[in-house]
Amino acid sequence: MIPRIYIPGDSGALALGAEKVAKAIASELAERGIEAKIVRNGSRGAYFLEPMVEVATANGRVAYGPVKPSDVKSLFDCGFLTGGHHKRWLGAPDKIPFLAKQTRLTFARCGVTDPLSLESYKNHGGLNGLTNALKLTPAAIVAQVTESGLRGRGGAGFPTGIKWKTVLDTVGDRKYIVCNADEGDSGTFADRMIMEGDPFVLIEGMTIAGIATGATKGFVYIRSEYPHAVAVMNKAVEVARKAGVLGASVLGSSNAFDMEIRVGAGAYVCGEETALLDSLEGKRGMVRAKPPLPAHKGLFGKPTVINNVISLASVPVIMDKGAPFYKDFGMGRSRGTIPIQIAGNVKYAGLFEAAFGMTLGEIVDDIGGGTATGRPVKAVQVGGPLGAYFPRALFDTPFDYEAFAAKDGLIGHAGIVVFDDTADMLKQARFAMEFCAIESCGKCTPCRIGSTRGVETIDRLAAGIEPEKNLALVTDLCNTMKFGSLCALGGFTPYPVMSSITHFPDDFKPAPVRVAAE
Amino acid sequence: MTVQPASTEIASRTAAIIQEMRGLEGPLLPILHGIQEEFGHVPQDSLPVIAEALNISRAEVHGVVSFYHDYRRHPAGRHVLKLCQAESCQSMGSDAVAAKIKQLLGIGFHETTRDGSVTLEPVYCLGLCACSPAAMLDGEVIGRLDDEKIEEIVTEVRS
Repeated sequence: MIPRIYIPGDSGALALGAEKVAKAIASELAERGIEAKIVRNGSRGAYFLEPMVEVATANGRVAYGPVKPSDVKSLFDCGFLTGGHHKRWLGAPDKIPFLAKQTRLTFARCGVTDPLSLESYKNHGGLNGLTNALKLTPAAIVAQVTESGLRGRGGAGFPTGIKWKTVLDTVGDRKYIVCNADEGDSGTFADRMIMEGDPFVLIEGMTIAGIATGATKGFVYIRSEYPHAVAVMNKAVEVARKAGVLGASVLGSSNAFDMEIRVGAGAYVCGEETALLDSLEGKRGMVRAKPPLPAHKGLFGKPTVINNVISLASVPVIMDKGAPFYKDFGMGRSRGTIPIQIAGNVKYAGLFEAAFGMTLGEIVDDIGGGTATGRPVKAVQVGGPLGAYFPRALFDTPFDYEAFAAKDGLIGHAGIVVFDDTADMLKQARFAMEFCAIESCGKCTPCRIGSTRGVETIDRLAAGIEPEKNLALVTDLCNTMKFGSLCALGGFTPYPVMSSITHFPDDFKPAPVRVAAE
Repeated sequence: MTVQPASTEIASRTAAIIQEMRGLEGPLLPILHGIQEEFGHVPQDSLPVIAEALNISRAEVHGVVSFYHDYRRHPAGRHVLKLCQAESCQSMGSDAVAAKIKQLLGIGFHETTRDGSVTLEPVYCLGLCACSPAAMLDGEVIGRLDDEKIEEIVTEVRS
């Protein structure tokens, strides 16, 4: 048997030198005259171990990491092709604590299979969901998804099944499935990982959505900051088309479904669903007023399902194993699993898929291992640039849509950015306003003007000018933005700002006091 | 020194790109991406050609080009270095990284060095938040930027 070596081609692994490692391994193989197959898999998400190289041995896969190009020679000397011991030896990847503790449903294949091999995808349970869906009526598929309790993983948490039902029930000569892959939130990378590591699961999910709602065309709108994901998705769509997964007859059935990959152009606001639709239509990415809902009048005025990558990628496992299986995981009204992205100043950064319900403290301290700098954790921002900053005092909050909302926060796309005690929360609050000003589409006044006034007011606070008055002004401004903005950009910018003010009041005290306190 | 193509040449090359893409649903963004790939920026002379072909006003085309951060009105340097300045990278000292690179290159964000070797831009998230601070040099991703990697980047863009 020819040995198989897995070297991730995932952007995160590449950013840590996976390409150099791959080259070093290839040249070492050539030099030693060893025949082996190199598979460029996705990442399993344990980025503190990337580049993580795996070999398939008679006793299963054995992982090594983090591998540096300079380790390659000694890896061969230690017989790593048969799982030999080496200082980078990690053993069976499934047994690595960070990975062993996870519940991988959506990300079951990510980092395991060859992303562009449909055969590898099928061998690991791929296409079972679509095959099952093809035996059902559209209404029965929608009922399964509704029953599973799946809610929009993009941030809003709206029940996916209800969205689909609306599109199914709306009459249209043409309907669309749009996948929102404009993952612009800092601290999030789940969409990127799945597109690079298991693109077929997204294609399968979108195809099921098409069959369930009567849509025949899909678009994946990927941000331009993700060139590797764009490349993998384009190749995967080609493979799926050739294999008859996409096209006039999906897996030989009477259903037609095809899709296109589209690339964004660097506007954060296009992650908002209606701005994304405008952008796809070739317009400025301006937010639309709702109603009409995209489900009634979406892309080009046609009934449209618009879902986040992870929502769509979670559908195949639901259709494969059944709604009750998926629904069994989780807590309260948050059912199933969520890929939590642990990022920023944290020791064990990466993607951790788990059932809803872990506390923030467990995620940051136990799984994340505290800060990378070794200093105390001061704050964690959950849910991207529009998410609240939580102090340690709120670390008992369980990861659940409602529990976070009750503490004036949000789960968003489940990214967690950890900050140590050197963070200045006034600076973070100012950045939130500044970011909103840069990225505002400009359609509504609270967001367009409010964000700029917010920056100015926080600057006055920092300078110690009439602190009480300006603090009251920021609070009032946040209230206006929260309730008066058209979309979540202006409407949620108050979360990071107000949470900073509420939980870290010392950082907002006038400069002389702050200096004296230090 | 980059030689600017004549406006008639821009028009004909623009028309060829439009021809390739016009069958797409909502073709404007793909066309603009194609033009930027062809010329390195979106030349002013392309806009009337697009407007005419898609039967929209020049103002609409201008509005779209100016809305998106990605479309350049002027050619960039030979290298483009994007530094992530979003929260995750902030938590790992992206401010200091940016300050150091600005100082080494002698330029600020949205600027190009006088020799045309490199354009420096901020970017708000590259999805490399598990290896912050991160950057992208000519489409290649770089994580956990430290002094050594900064030196390597600066050497590469200057060579």
